[in-house]
Order: sequence, then C-alpha cells, then structure tokens
Amino acid sequence: MELLEWESARQYLAPPTVLRDPERAARQSLRSQIARLEQELSEAFVTAYPMGVVGPVAVAGARREVRMLDLGELERARDDLVERLRAARAAIAERAEEHAANRLYLERMLLEPGKHRFARLSRSDIGEPGCGDWQVRPRLGLIGMLMGWWQVKLSSGCPLP
Amino acid sequence: MSGELATSEGFVSPEVGSELPGLRLRWLRLETEARPDAREVRARLRQLSDRIHGAGVIAMRTRPIHRAYRAFFRQTGLDPDLQRPPAEQAATVRLMRGELSAPDALHGALLIALVETGVPVWALDADQVHDGGLGIRQTGEGERLGDTLLRPGRLVVSDEVSIHALLFGGLDRSHEADGSTPRVALFAVGVDGVPDMHLEEALWLATQALAGG
Repeated sequence: MELLEWESARQYLAPPTVLRDPERAARQSLRSQIARLEQELSEAFVTAYPMGVVGPVAVAGARREVRMLDLGELERARDDLVERLRAARAAIAERAEEHAANRLYLERMLLEPGKHRFARLSRSDIGEPGCGDWQVRPRLGLIGMLMGWWQVKLSSGCPLP
Repeated sequence: MSGELATSEGFVSPEVGSELPGLRLRWLRLETEARPDAREVRARLRQLSDRIHGAGVIAMRTRPIHRAYRAFFRQTGLDPDLQRPPAEQAATVRLMRGELSAPDALHGALLIALVETGVPVWALDADQVHDGGLGIRQTGEGERLGDTLLRPGRLVVSDEVSIHALLFGGLDRSHEADGSTPRVALFAVGVDGVPDMHLEEALWLATQALAGG
C-alpha cells in the first residue's frame, strides 16, 4: 500500500521531460495553434469570398521581416488570428442569414406576386453565382397593373462586355 | 542535365533549427553556359499562365504546400495577407497582369519551378558563395545585407562569409544572379509541412528549364 502511494505521489513530483524548458514548449504550442488557426482562417476566406464577404484584413504597419518570435509576440499573433477568425465567421453567418431570408422572400414573391409588386432580388442576394434578377412585374404592362395580373420574371444571363 | 540532381542540404543554425523544426534549405551549383532558349521559357510560362484562374488562386491558400508557407509566415512575424508567400504572389501578379512574365530566362526558369511546385527557388552568383555552402541563421549585431544594416535576430540565408538574402525577402543585389551569370547557385527553402521531394522537384524543374528541357 505504501509502495502504491509512493508511486502515485512520484508522478506529481517528477516533472515530465517536456516541461524542462516550459517556455520553449509554450512557444511550440503557440506555433501549432497559429498553424491551425491560419488553416481555419484560409478555409473561412474561401467560404466568404464567393459570398461577397470581405476577406481577412491585413494589419497596417505590421513588420515585414522574418524572425523568431518570442512568447509574447507569438501570443499576440495567435490572439490576432483568433479575432480575425471570429470576425470572419460572424460575417459569414450574417451573410448566410441574409441569403436565407432572401430565399424565403423569393418563395413568397413566387407564391403571391401581387403582394410584392415590383419587388426585385438578384442571384447574389440569395448566394447564387452568375447574373440574373427576379422581379415582380405586371402581365401585359398597364393592363396587368389595372387588372392585378402579377408575375415573377427572371432575367437571364450576364450583360455582354 | 538528366538523371539524379546533386543537391546539398544547407546548414540551419542550432537555435533556429530547434525553434523552427522543418525549416531547411537545399541548394546546388549550376553551370549555365548552355543558355536556355528564352522563347521556350516564355512559351512554358504562357502554358502555365493559362492554368491559373481566379477561383484557383482564391482556393490556393487551403492547399497543403501553400498552407505550410502561410503558417510559417505567421509564425515568424509576417502577415501572409500583406506579404504573400512567393507562389501566391506569382499567381496574384498573373491575375493582375494577365500573364506570367520574367525579365530573363533565368528568372523565367525560377518562376516555372515556383508555379509548378509552390516552392520558391532563388538564384545567386555561384562565385559569391563560399565553398562551405549556404544555410539559414539569425543575424547578429551590426550585420549588413549589402549596404543595409540589419536588425539582430532576423532570419537570413548566408554562408560562412556573408549574408546573401533575407529569408523570403530580397537578395543582396551584388550577389544576385541574372541572365548573364555563368555559374549560379540555386537554393530552395522548405518549411514544416513541405516534403523534401517538393524542394528537389523545384530545383530539378529550374535546372531543366535552364537546360532548355
């Protein structure tokens, strides 16, 4: 029993080898975190770009020299990436919600065009690539307006250069 | 120029190697008396240029090699959105100018290697490189690149005698090779996440392009 207690205590007394230079271990850990965050930020950028969300903004006045960063600098780099990733994800989520709301509105336009007279949505408003607008317009022009004949028209194709 | 390429592993100073495992340099000396046909290099660049499109450039940063260089930039104090890694920079310039272009056949060959592999290759005048070979280290107090005084602790490419380049930065102009340099030293820098094979391939592609292959 005594031996077991000693073995149990020894695991707390003997420092693991990785802690011999704790600051170096911390720097390595931060570099791993930075690499992972950079990957996630890149993936967020690729998702955000076609949605029209502005990509990661570079920090003005950042140093342009390659050197080994100390612990504090690595922490700042990590925190900066965390903040950028949070902002990018928030912007993507916000834009995705806008697209969802616009898709719902388009369905309403299609179901009841008369209630959404002259409403207009573009493909980009619902997160689709390419050109084209859905617009609620009267059938047969003025007659349709007077008679309450409304329809949704989809303009097609991008304008020629 | 065919067959196995005799590249050398450059030195990495112990303090740099222990902090940045995976950072390495491979290099070789090359006679360039047989000048490559500039038209062939231009034609090759045109072919490569046609392969670069906007969507691909956007997604580039998520591919393993480019991702590795971006991560290294972040880990060493650069912002890859401000100072792009070389392959991303080349692709962005291609989108903006509409073509890949180089001032001479030598730099055209380096550009071909970069675009094909994602690994940057630089060329120095081999006569300026000490026999001990190239490597990566930190600068000390009062060291210079050409006329420019460097801050201590910067990562540089050097030999036993002099500093030739800032890591992922500018080369000493008086050591830089151009289209008329008879003997060049090519070097490629790899980081954690970039397999050795890619460095070898980048150097091999550059030598092949210089040989007109």
